[in-house]
Formats: sequence, structure tokens, C-alpha cells
Amino acid sequence: MGVTLSYLGVIVLLPVIALVLKGAEIGPARFWAITTAPRTLAALQLTLLAATMATIFNALYGLLMAWVLVRYEFPGKRILDALVDIPFALPTAVAGLALSALFAANGWYGAILEPMGLPVVFTIWGVAIAMSFTSIPFVIRAVQPVLEDLDPQYEQAARTLGAGRFTIFARVIFPAILPAFLVGVTLSFARSLGEFGAVVFIAGNLPMKTEIASLLAVIRLEEYDYNGAAVIALVLLLIALLLLVVSNLLQARALRYKGKTA
Amino acid sequence: MSAHADPAPAALAPRESRLVPRLLIGLALLLTAVFVVVPMAYIFHRAFAAGYAVFLTNITEPNTLHAIWLTVLTAVIVLPVNIAFGVAAAWAIARFTFPGRKALLVLIEIPFSISPIIAGICYLLLYGRNGLIGPYLLANDIQILFALPGIVMVTMFVTAPFVVREVLPLMQAQGSEQEQAALTLGASGWQIFRRVTLPNIRWALLYGAVLCGARAVGEFGGVSVVAGKIRGQTNTLPLQIELLFQDLNVTGAFAAASTLTLIALVVLVLKTLMESRR
Repeated sequence: MGVTLSYLGVIVLLPVIALVLKGAEIGPARFWAITTAPRTLAALQLTLLAATMATIFNALYGLLMAWVLVRYEFPGKRILDALVDIPFALPTAVAGLALSALFAANGWYGAILEPMGLPVVFTIWGVAIAMSFTSIPFVIRAVQPVLEDLDPQYEQAARTLGAGRFTIFARVIFPAILPAFLVGVTLSFARSLGEFGAVVFIAGNLPMKTEIASLLAVIRLEEYDYNGAAVIALVLLLIALLLLVVSNLLQARALRYKGKTA
Repeated sequence: MSAHADPAPAALAPRESRLVPRLLIGLALLLTAVFVVVPMAYIFHRAFAAGYAVFLTNITEPNTLHAIWLTVLTAVIVLPVNIAFGVAAAWAIARFTFPGRKALLVLIEIPFSISPIIAGICYLLLYGRNGLIGPYLLANDIQILFALPGIVMVTMFVTAPFVVREVLPLMQAQGSEQEQAALTLGASGWQIFRRVTLPNIRWALLYGAVLCGARAVGEFGGVSVVAGKIRGQTNTLPLQIELLFQDLNVTGAFAAASTLTLIALVVLVLKTLMESRR
């Protein structure tokens, strides 16, 4: 046990403490000045907006996939189920490379989209697509087990009462999977905010336009502006911890809900 | 419940056509093909587009070979450490109550919830020239950043939670009755672990180890901050991909990427096999 704690202390806690101490050393006034500098704000705004776009797509796609994988039988279902994990298994740099080449003007997707006036590479869409790819499994894997455990008798009861398919989903199924769904959405959003490897390949990283917050932190490091890097990292850390708390609360609620219906 | 008390859903829903399920399945397959399968297939397409000989030249380029070696070395160091840590931490949390147990759980989750980039910056602020203990390291000529120790430690940070997360729920669910029985029969601590605990958790452990290994091999963000990206020295394979991409050697980048994709596919197959065993 002592070994466990000291390992975590050295590998995880100590570096995080170094960041927090650095932030304290900077002081609130300069912290605020760095956070509200135009380039930082633009980077944070882009990161939040693109992560929101990615999460909305993943929420809908995840719900669809979980539903299809649990409720229907079709050939290739097990393969589809396994394919869901590709984005987690594939290194993010590899994903970024593949996506940026696919959506580039001479890539398979870019060749179709660019003539239509829909450039993806070097735009916020590219950032959102990279973020979305790397966090695809979260919603699916959160909703799937809950949907599997759902007692069919409630749906059957609703059906005998004359409810249509859509009403059953909206009034019976969705409320039951909502806590798990929200956990998945939160995790997906958190991962999108922190995603780096996949994004830097496709974003073009133009300051004020397609530069994500974590990349700006790295750029500040390379300029030896340690304060600037530390402030941006701390802001991202705070958002991440906030999301961690939210997801833990939601998870606790989801467990309670499961206990009630079981 | 007897079988005839649970009527087939189809009998209750004569109105439902097969159209909606087919549409939904079709949409799910289409989206997965477009967003998941094609990008992966595209990697191999581009890696081999110029022919097998070019692929071989690209992959045996000295800097790429060194990057492969460094990546494998890092994974070989990180994996056993995190397996040992994962089992020890899960054991401590599942079997004992102690002050700070909750805090320990949160601490284990931290690497999952923060960006690897932040992890890298934390390490730089700790061990860097102007960092907390950087001057001490400099005075004693200990090199952590821009060298193997830094790469290994950041990778440990990023992959720390994988084994614990798989093993802990299983240990908690199984309880400690079997271990206590072994204890009353006079087994030593090591014997209990090897003969009772380990067989019970072996699949979860292996599963966590596979995920941990996959992540260790593919880690990019955190390592990119602390590695210094010195060609042929501290470039891991994912960093080498970025470098080749920036050098506009896209075919070379895809060749390097294809090796990592192959590892990812193997991981995927192992994962699927293990899931059916658990």
C-alpha cells in the first residue's frame, strides 16, 4: 500500500502540484491577464466550440449505435461492436494523420467536399471531426449496458396502453438511459477538450483561428513562456476536474437509478 | 417466470414494420464505415500506395527504426510497472479501509480526465530547468527531460489507471472469502496471491494490460512535450509520424503509422477474444 501511494505520489501527484504551485506563484492578476489575452481567449473559445460540436455528433451517433447494437440482430453485428473500439485502440497521431489526409483536397473525402465549398482541413470542422473521432466510444459504451439491462416489461406495458414507438422511446426508454447517456456525453466532452494528437494534424494551427488551447500551451512552452503555459494548462485542468466531478455525480445517480428499477 | 406468461413482443406490436430497424441499422453501418473503417483502411492504402519496396525503405529508415525501438523500450518498461501498481492499488482499495481511500480513487482517475498535454507541462514545471526540482537535477547532472526517463515517466502517468480500472471492480465483486479460507489453511501471502487472487483476476488483468500497452505505444501529447523531439534520439514512433508529416514525407508518415495501426488491430482482436472469455 505504501508503495502504491508513493508511486502515485511521484508519477501523478507531484507533477500536478508543481503546476498548481506555479499557478499560485503567478498570482491572480497576471493569471487573469494571461487568460483573457485575445489569443488565449480565441484558443479557449475554439476548443470549447469544437468540443461541443464533436460531442453533439457523438451523442446522436452513440445513441444510434447503442440502440442498434442492443436491440437488433443482423449479420456482422459482432464485428460492428468490435469496430467501435478502434478510436481508442488507434494512437491519436495515427488518427490525425489519416483524417487530415482523407479530408485534404486530394484525399478521398476532401475531393468530394472541397468542390462543394466545404473545406474541412484547417477549419473548425476539421478540429471538431478529429475530436469526435477520438471520443466516439464513450457514449456507446456508457449507454449499451444500461440498455441491455432495461426490463422489457415497461415497454410492453406502454405498448399495451397504446403508446407508439416514438412515445415509448421518449417517455419510457430515454428517461431510463438518461443518466448513463449523460455520463458518456460528459466523458466525450472532456476527452474532446483535451485531445491534442489528432487535432494538430488536421487543424493547420493558425493563431486566432484554428489553434486549440492545449497547442497554445505547448507553443508558450517553446517560447520559454512558462507562466503562459502554466496558466492555460491550469484553466484546462480546472475544466477537466470540474467535468470529472460532474461525471462522478452522474455515475452515482445512474447507479441509484439502476438500484431502484432492479 | 414461466414462458407463456411473457408473450412475444411481436404479438403485441402488429403495427411495427421492419422499415425503421433497417433504416437505423443502415445508418449505423454507414456512419461507422465513413468515420471509423475508411480512415483505418486509408492508412494501409497510403502506406502501400507506392509499392511494397517503398514501404520497406520507409520503415527501415534509421530514424524510424530508432523510433520503433524507443517506443518498444518505453512500453516494455512501463507495462510491468503499471501492472504491478494496478494490482497493488486494486488490492489495497478492495481489501482494506484506510484514511484517504476515496482520495486515492480520485487520484487514480486524474490521468484519465486530464489532457496528456497538461501532464507533459506538469512534468516540465517539475523537472525543467526553472522547475521545482530542476535546478537540483541540473546540479547533480541527472537528465530526466528530453531523455528516456522523462518519456517513460509521462507514459506511466498517462497509462496508470488502465489496469486498476479493470481489476478493481472484479476484486470488489468477488470479496475476500476465498483468500481468508486460504489464510486459515496456512497459506502465505505470496501463495494466496499466486494461487487464489491471481487466477480469479487473470482475464481482467490481461485485458487491462493490453489496453495499457496499446496506450503506452501510442502516447503522443504528453511525450511530445517532454521528449524534446530529437531526431534519432528521443523521437518515439508517434512523434516520428508527426515529424515525417511536417517534412512532407507523407508516405513515410503513413508507413510508420501503418505499424501502429497493425498493433491497434491486434489489440482489438485480443480485446474481443478476452471479452468473450470473461
